[in-house]
Amino acid sequence: MAALTIDASQLRKTYGTRAAVRDLTLQVARGEAFGFLGPNGAGKSTSIKMLLGLVKPTGGRALLLGEPVGTREVRARIGFLPEHFRFYDWLSASELILFHGRLCGLAEETLRRKIPELLDRVGLGAQSNKPIRSFSKGMMQRVGLAQAIVNDPEILFLDEPTSGLDPAGRKLVRDVISEQRNRGATVFLNSHLLGEVEQSCDRVAFIRDGRIVSRYEMGGWQSTDTEVQIRVARINSTVVERLKGFTQDVRLEGELLCLRVTQTDHLPEVVRCLVENGVEVFSVIPQRVSLEELFLQMMGPDTGL
Amino acid sequence: MSENAIHVHAAASATGTPSLSLAAGPGALRTTLLMARITFLEAARRKILWIATLAGIVFLAFFWTALHFVLKNAAGQANTISLREAVVMMTMMVLYAGSMMTSLMAVLTSCDTLSGEIASGTIHAIATKPVERWCLVLGKWVGFVGMLTLYVSLIEGGTIGLSWLQSGYLPHHALAVLSLVWLQTVVLLGVTMAASTCFSSLTSGAVSLGLYGLAFVGGWIEQFGALRHVQALVDLGILSSLIMPCDALWRRAAFIFQPPLIGSVGASPFGSSLVPSSAMVVYAALYALLAILLAQILFSRRDL
Repeated sequence: MAALTIDASQLRKTYGTRAAVRDLTLQVARGEAFGFLGPNGAGKSTSIKMLLGLVKPTGGRALLLGEPVGTREVRARIGFLPEHFRFYDWLSASELILFHGRLCGLAEETLRRKIPELLDRVGLGAQSNKPIRSFSKGMMQRVGLAQAIVNDPEILFLDEPTSGLDPAGRKLVRDVISEQRNRGATVFLNSHLLGEVEQSCDRVAFIRDGRIVSRYEMGGWQSTDTEVQIRVARINSTVVERLKGFTQDVRLEGELLCLRVTQTDHLPEVVRCLVENGVEVFSVIPQRVSLEELFLQMMGPDTGL
Repeated sequence: MSENAIHVHAAASATGTPSLSLAAGPGALRTTLLMARITFLEAARRKILWIATLAGIVFLAFFWTALHFVLKNAAGQANTISLREAVVMMTMMVLYAGSMMTSLMAVLTSCDTLSGEIASGTIHAIATKPVERWCLVLGKWVGFVGMLTLYVSLIEGGTIGLSWLQSGYLPHHALAVLSLVWLQTVVLLGVTMAASTCFSSLTSGAVSLGLYGLAFVGGWIEQFGALRHVQALVDLGILSSLIMPCDALWRRAAFIFQPPLIGSVGASPFGSSLVPSSAMVVYAALYALLAILLAQILFSRRDL
């Protein structure tokens, strides 16, 4: 079995003279949760559609589960929650899952057993016979998630799976992602809610202007130095000078003492030094670069797209 | 190498590992039937089927009432031949209105089916399943053809049936008349579905109805040309029938339906001064098949 579930190399899509995706090169390993990030108009949707076989690439090569994208064999082994999660709204939730399960070629008795389980799992057990037209956005998303996993996919593509969900719904999506991974599935997640990505994914890639600009292990963008903010009172320049024994990078901004240490192990000593010199310490907060901050750094100023 | 991969996967699944979808999807026949069924269900759930049926019943009720009064009024008259002509003429007018109704129904119910699902993104969750795209189109087509068969049977079959019940006149080729009107709707359905793979719902409807209008005008031009012996007009009419053969089908149906005397009334939708040949019927059948084939090819090739 292929170790890489997604293997795209220089995948490209142009519409006339406009390039939607210039170079999509990425590899995702089996069982990984992969976050795919970028601003609006960067080429995320087109990239996902090419991997799913909905859009034919203009150039490049992509394999899913070791086979060319878009073949029926590959599609039997993937699941997809589309961004706009529009479904036949005149069906009930259980009818919709039945329809999608049948499209996957699943046996009727499997579906009969599985549909109530799936609807319970996404919190729609009590609404299984209600028409989807009466559903809220969040409920639509839940039923969309259920159809995406009806065939126990080996790769689960989730395009903005939490955008319409309340906090409980978001937790549900995180839990489902985690369950799917425990089952051995790969999860490919595209989301603007970077906090969700940070909690769910192992690795992220950033796409800008149709090109993958960087890839990180989750948290791998953190520098080895840690910046710490310490809220203090009754401090003077002599104490600040003493701290230079730990680090040269110290500055005092009003009540905030900002310093950079090479190892967080040094922090207790820093605090002890402050207290022993009569400084009152109210809080010590290590500053970490969040995925959102990294995203904003990577993408530069807002272009209003 | 890819065959090996499938084999390994299938073997792994058979021993109880995750994937349930061993075969690559439901297969062409199951997909087609599934889509046909869902298309039917959609029409029923969205009340299109019931409203169209109700409209058809009202249509037939009006015809039945009108026919009743015509026959009642003529009860004392001795000339049964002219009475029969009046009944046939009236039935034909109603059949003509019915053929327009069923044609409109063919266009209006199908113009949104592909373009609408592409525009809304509904198609994304469906086309990423292990099904062939051409089966999705074919299934929808089968569903619509089923509905149109019922609808033509109700409207046109009902018209002929009511006329028969009231006046006792049953054309020898009633089934052929129904088949020709049915083929007319299937031609329009194919064109509408092919258009809706490329254009928006409204544009697809406009394309089909535009061609329907062209065929209608072309039919008149052809008959007028035949009456005035102007070959250029006849050729123009035939050209319009080649571009859209639905009016030619109606004119053949009208010719088959009426007794020979009435057919010579001149240029009208019921006139048979120039009857489209059976070759035109074969052409129309091929046209309908090619239209749906084109829809399948266009839909399979396009980006979604």
